[in-house]
Amino acid sequence: MSHTEKPHAIRTRIWREEAEPDNPFATRAAYCHGYDVYGEMLGRTRWVDMLFLLFRHEAPTGQQADLLETLAVALANPGPRDASVHAAMCGGVCGSTAASSLMAALAVGAGQFAGGREIYLAMQAWQECGCDIAAWRQHFSRPDETSGSIWPKPEHAPGFDPHGVSTATPVKQALACLARSDSAKYLPWLQQNLSALETAAGCPLALSGVAAAAFADLGFTPDQGEMLHLLLRLPGAAAHALEQRPLGYKNFPFGSVELENETTGEPA
Amino acid sequence: MNMKTAGPELLQENVGKLKSRMGTFYPGSHVIYRGCDLHTELQDMDWVELYMFGITGRRFSKEQLRLMHSIWTYTSYPDVRLWNNRVAALAGSSRSTGTLGMAAAMAVSEATIYGRGIDMRAFDFLIRTRKETEAGGDLAECIRLELDTHRSVAGYGRPLINGDERNQHMLALSKALKLDQGPYLQLAARIEETMLASRLRMKMNYAGLVAALIADIGLSPQEYYLYSFPAFLAGMPPCFIEASERPEGTLYPVPCADILYEGESPRAWPK
Repeated sequence: MSHTEKPHAIRTRIWREEAEPDNPFATRAAYCHGYDVYGEMLGRTRWVDMLFLLFRHEAPTGQQADLLETLAVALANPGPRDASVHAAMCGGVCGSTAASSLMAALAVGAGQFAGGREIYLAMQAWQECGCDIAAWRQHFSRPDETSGSIWPKPEHAPGFDPHGVSTATPVKQALACLARSDSAKYLPWLQQNLSALETAAGCPLALSGVAAAAFADLGFTPDQGEMLHLLLRLPGAAAHALEQRPLGYKNFPFGSVELENETTGEPA
Repeated sequence: MNMKTAGPELLQENVGKLKSRMGTFYPGSHVIYRGCDLHTELQDMDWVELYMFGITGRRFSKEQLRLMHSIWTYTSYPDVRLWNNRVAALAGSSRSTGTLGMAAAMAVSEATIYGRGIDMRAFDFLIRTRKETEAGGDLAECIRLELDTHRSVAGYGRPLINGDERNQHMLALSKALKLDQGPYLQLAARIEETMLASRLRMKMNYAGLVAALIADIGLSPQEYYLYSFPAFLAGMPPCFIEASERPEGTLYPVPCADILYEGESPRAWPK
């Protein structure tokens, strides 16, 4: 609902467009946070520069861009074992639309187990606890008392792997690489305090935990981190969905269901 | 960590095994749906009855099913301005597919100020408030605490206008079906009275009324959440169709000058 003098107008701090003289609906120039996108940025900026600019409203430093790009590579493909990629492949294998495969990956990759909501919750924890190990211990020990949410109650410490035994090698590799950034504050602290945090969480760090710390180090809010995590994991989902299409459903796991007893028909 | 609920051993136990108490289909033979043969035992079920059976495993009375069905009917608005409907319509205008448009429209219906987000809060507020007042708590205090926590009371007031055109019709139906005497509906009315008597002056909205009616039927929060999913669906296809029939790209066209920019002035890229 807009109450401005132009009720059909869209308010934004991100984007401005100038129209071609012959058509008010055709763009002559577009500016992102004041930067001429097609006249100046194109050919001079990286994808991650644009990403950072869109969300943080300022151009990144070289270190910030490097950190975001490294994280984007780490997140780009969760691999075909991941539930969100599995969902995308369910679309691809039966010839569903491209968008539906990505929507499937987004829906499944949105959750509290290795998904966007986990990033959101983990980043809230970074906001609350920062680099204070005592605060983290208290955070992990506090029971979740939220109710009335569309989201289910969290079943594990966000950013940690409830099925893990020890920290997986790619998680350690990603953390080590990202923690070298001079822009990072939380990541090196996470690396130094990993053992204590994992003990407090009751399970090993997951890649989502590394990503949450990296997003926090880049100055993103939990909302922004959640959104970026959803976005940055899509490339792998897309590629795997496309790959499965020509292979067909006969070459994709289907399995058989073993029925368990169900008591039915009780009146409400 | 409890190894019964997590860990690689648990994952290993489930590799290649799909256990279900909900059902399966036997290609070329039959389908089991919550323990019943879909085509010989459930074939005469109304779709809503089947949907609710699928969610709860329980059967409902004819009156309860009528109420649950009408709750969706009364909130199916083919108004393209509504944000979820607009998604379906924009998909039509952009010449996407109807399924994509309506699936996305259904997904955005899980909003904070309307749809599933507010439904869940309204339901939860009623359940908590009933417990607290039955334990001797003060209703006005429950409302005040809810306002302090959320800056609003889910189920009361409305984004566009204070008042809800659906409520009188739904109340009339619930009365006709003799489903208007439950404790949650009575509580919801008392909350409204309390709020109207205060400076808040917020009326019960449809989310509040429906939450109370469904709580009185006995659904759990999760059952209510899943029951509510199709609530807006019937309003969406008309929006998609109309936008599809008009020239492409003509729904909500925005001239460049109608971007009201409030950000940084033009500046040079720093590198």
